[in-house]
Amino acid sequence: MDERGDFIRRDRKWHPPAFTPGYKTSVLRSPRCALVSVEQGVGEKAGPLFFPRGGLDPLDNDLICNFSKGGEAIGERIVVHGRVLDENRRPVPGTLIEVWQANAGGRYRHKNDSYLAPLDPNFGGTGRCLTDAEGYYFFRTIRPGPYPWRNDGSDWRPAHIHFSIFGEAFVQRLVSQLYFEGDPLIPLCPIVNTIPDPAAIDRLVARLDMGQQMPFDALAYRFDIVLRGRRQTFFENKREGN
Amino acid sequence: MPVAYLKETPSQTGGPYVHIGTLPAVAGLPVRTQENLSVLASGSVPGERIRITGVVWDGAGHPVKDALLELWQADAAGRHDNPDFPGFGRAAADFATGAFSFETVKPGALPWRDGRTQAPHVCLLIFARGINIHLHTRMYFSDEAEANAADPVLKSIEHAGRRTTLVGARDEADGVVTYRFDIRLQGENETVFFDV
Ligand SMILES: [Fe+3]
Repeated sequence: MDERGDFIRRDRKWHPPAFTPGYKTSVLRSPRCALVSVEQGVGEKAGPLFFPRGGLDPLDNDLICNFSKGGEAIGERIVVHGRVLDENRRPVPGTLIEVWQANAGGRYRHKNDSYLAPLDPNFGGTGRCLTDAEGYYFFRTIRPGPYPWRNDGSDWRPAHIHFSIFGEAFVQRLVSQLYFEGDPLIPLCPIVNTIPDPAAIDRLVARLDMGQQMPFDALAYRFDIVLRGRRQTFFENKREGN
Repeated sequence: MPVAYLKETPSQTGGPYVHIGTLPAVAGLPVRTQENLSVLASGSVPGERIRITGVVWDGAGHPVKDALLELWQADAAGRHDNPDFPGFGRAAADFATGAFSFETVKPGALPWRDGRTQAPHVCLLIFARGINIHLHTRMYFSDEAEANAADPVLKSIEHAGRRTTLVGARDEADGVVTYRFDIRLQGENETVFFDV
């Protein structure tokens, strides 16, 4: 039995609700019944420690080179870096971050994307990395382009990078999107605006970080991530034999 | 002043192209094609071999063909720390039919918080376009009626009629044990989703 504390409850008013009619696809894909609140069991407080099974490739966090067919990806060269902490400000070490994104023209390398912008033969748009002992991570990529999508007629997504994080427990699992400081499409985006609180939206905006640029190579953006943290266990009642 | 915790990073939808980052071969990328994360059990892992299959349905009764599912479970002995059985899997809905499928072993019962026992179950997360924050559910097993009746999480669902939405139906054909588990996002027989 896991004797460590439970994770702090998720603040559902901070996250986007399920039903957000401004983002039309959510209308038929949002539960109508309330979520059932349950206590965390051993399974939810544990997480997949042995993933990915085969380990990482050294180029996994370099999206400029990891799909090379002889050249490098076209676009504005950037480094995205930051730190993964929990709500108690503790670093989350050794956790897997997966990223995916469109190319510089706003086109995804996906069977189902038919946007007219061309594919870049040297760009796949998938990467992953593990945080270090202090929770730091970085990857190198090109800045993705905005792209149109069907919602209210032709809406435009701001430039964004999708990301997925595991944490150490299944209840810390998180999928979200990173936006870029100063992008005028951010306030116009129906998906961004599923998040009710402007302060929460601001947390998804990566900041230009001139200090961490790679001189004569790549600009840098800083993006810190916060996962759920554990409660302390001062007052938990412990029974004999558990 | 209240104590300041950091706020969790807010969620956003995985979107329709979630596979690029999570199952690149499914997206059509010629990378990591040897990975098949929907198969959890290989070699001589102890336990009954099972398949879990189903469809995620939207509120109009259409299959959610871009859904990504993640499965997390204990091994056949009810443990999460078995290096030979990581207990984590991923499967994409079929782009044509919406069907998903996992190959795994049936998990054992797990301990609960106060010395009670949880019935065997798997945890499932659902990601898709239009889902702003992933949905968390559980599948229990139809041949475990007695354990299910005593399960603390199932019992915490106030409307007893809804508990059946979390039970996969066992079927044996041609030597393959399959549990059918459909997930209804909305409407009649809406699946129970948890805030854990
Ligand atoms: Fe996108």
